Amino acid sequence: MRKGLVLAVLLLAVAAFTVHAQGEPPAQADLPAQADPVADSRSVRPPARARAYDTPNDHGGSITLEWEISPDDGAPASPVTGYDILRSESPDGSFESVTGTVGGATICTDNSAEDGIEYYYQVVALAAAGSSDPAAAGPAAASQQWVDWTRINLLVISVILVAAIITYVYLSTTRDLYIRKIAGLEAVNEAVGRATEMGRSILFVPGIQDMDNVQTVAGVAILGHIAQRTATYETDLNVPVSRSIVMSVGREVVKQAYLQAGRPDLYNDDMIQYITDEQFGYVAAVDGIMVRERPAACFYLGAFFAESLILAETGNSIGAIQVAGTAMPTQLPFFVAACDYTLIGEELFAASAYLSKDKKMLGSLKGQDAGKAIAMVAILLGVGLGTLATITGNDGLMSTFRLLRRLFSLNF
Amino acid sequence: MKRTIPLLITFLVGISLIVAMFVPHDPFHGLDSNFSIFYDVIAVFAFILGGGNLLKVHFNKIQNKRRDWKYSVVTVSGFFLVLGAGLLKIGVPEGWSGGYQASGSLFKYLYDATFQPLQATMFSLLAFFVASASYRAFRAKTKEATILLIAAFIILLRPTPLGFYLTYWLPEPLKFLHIPNLSTWVLSVPNMAGQRAIMIGIALGIVSTSLRLILGIERSYLGGDSS
Repeated sequence: MRKGLVLAVLLLAVAAFTVHAQGEPPAQADLPAQADPVADSRSVRPPARARAYDTPNDHGGSITLEWEISPDDGAPASPVTGYDILRSESPDGSFESVTGTVGGATICTDNSAEDGIEYYYQVVALAAAGSSDPAAAGPAAASQQWVDWTRINLLVISVILVAAIITYVYLSTTRDLYIRKIAGLEAVNEAVGRATEMGRSILFVPGIQDMDNVQTVAGVAILGHIAQRTATYETDLNVPVSRSIVMSVGREVVKQAYLQAGRPDLYNDDMIQYITDEQFGYVAAVDGIMVRERPAACFYLGAFFAESLILAETGNSIGAIQVAGTAMPTQLPFFVAACDYTLIGEELFAASAYLSKDKKMLGSLKGQDAGKAIAMVAILLGVGLGTLATITGNDGLMSTFRLLRRLFSLNF
Repeated sequence: MKRTIPLLITFLVGISLIVAMFVPHDPFHGLDSNFSIFYDVIAVFAFILGGGNLLKVHFNKIQNKRRDWKYSVVTVSGFFLVLGAGLLKIGVPEGWSGGYQASGSLFKYLYDATFQPLQATMFSLLAFFVASASYRAFRAKTKEATILLIAAFIILLRPTPLGFYLTYWLPEPLKFLHIPNLSTWVLSVPNMAGQRAIMIGIALGIVSTSLRLILGIERSYLGGDSS
């Protein structure tokens, strides 16, 4: 039932993924043949209350300017076409234009500032007939900040999550924690046993991404557990990879697994072979291996893209028992449709802990569940507050709802 | 020692990258992109290992005349042909001063006439596989499969004229059953809720796995011994 519902949701997601006029250039007012500077400066009034300050939460090299728009800006048929930002290192020095913005704007950033130098600014309203008198701002100096306060909510959430995980890791050493059964991982033994009985090999595909992708790390960790079983049962293991570093890591993992199983004699480097970095070249090679060698079990655990369905359907056509797992939401429906078992998202990351039965690792899974509980409470609270605030029109409820939403709006 | 140093490197790099997320000041600023560059440099050297392994496996196969060794001849020949065409700049109009991918070069010809069509062929297999996988998934044998079939039918009808004309006549109180409206609802409510649930699970899974790696609890990627 779960599989069907998940499949429905995911296939719909994939369907969703698959489903200006150039106007005339704005007419420019004709510039007067010979502009009178005095008359021009009177034609547009300057912006007010200009101020310059170091841009917060940044790596330096930037000063932000704010001002109140010119009284002539914003009106219908406003003559103000934009604002020019001029800069100088002394209040009496010559000011040069460094940046600018459109009419109606009240903020602009100068990203060409050097850290530690005090700059003086002038904001000038621009009009077709000429520019306004300048509004002075500054001095201001750019500097690097030690804390990005826009990400403080992310820090708070991370600290809570990390604290929950570490607490459960600690608790796991003193008590037994319940972990629900994951059918896809229970099937690992079944798949290896089946291959052994049939006298055929096992194919393991760790995705097409490199070791800098956490899904590949999770896949390779599961490879170690599978390799221990293939070593114990003396079953052939074939691991075609698409990245050289994955090949090196995979060899180390499988070699250790065979050593731990007491069968180092069964290990050879060619079990983990490099194919190509090219996505479809890799798929063609793996499909060829499947069709020629007809493995009894295929594991697809890692990061996958368009090749997921090609691999899974080929595996299906040869009658292999298939276990897949990925955290790529767009590929999950394909695996669910074509494989016998699918590890959906978080289950892939839980696999190593689940298979190892290591107490600390299982504790981290419980910590993850605590994170889910927090997310659920926050969602229910947010939905409840938002609904109540809309129905009652209560400002307090609405501000609490907005605060909660801001807390969970992550700025990466 | 063989374990301690990699674990120490993992810990230091992991902690530094977390700090870099919240501290824009030097030396943390741009640390993630710098580490990515380091990784790419290592990956380039590792590519030599990969290429060497490819040749070793296929030469062994050819030498021992193992099963399907003729495919290995094609692989090795292709490898050297493309490598030679690129390195020797065969057919590049400007000679050695030109780029190996220049128009008229053998490398470009091989890429356009062989590599691209083969790639497109593999990609186009997806169309057939989508059909066969959908057929199995949409068979209305269970309640869930029937719901899936109906939902898929609504979504697939939406962009077609038939999808509009089938239900455009519905009266205003029943307009929510109009296929384009129904399709939008399916996508933006149950589908979106499911997607978000999966994404939250994935994000938490990544946090948990990363923490296990940084703290050295997860050591399977180093070859076992996860205590």
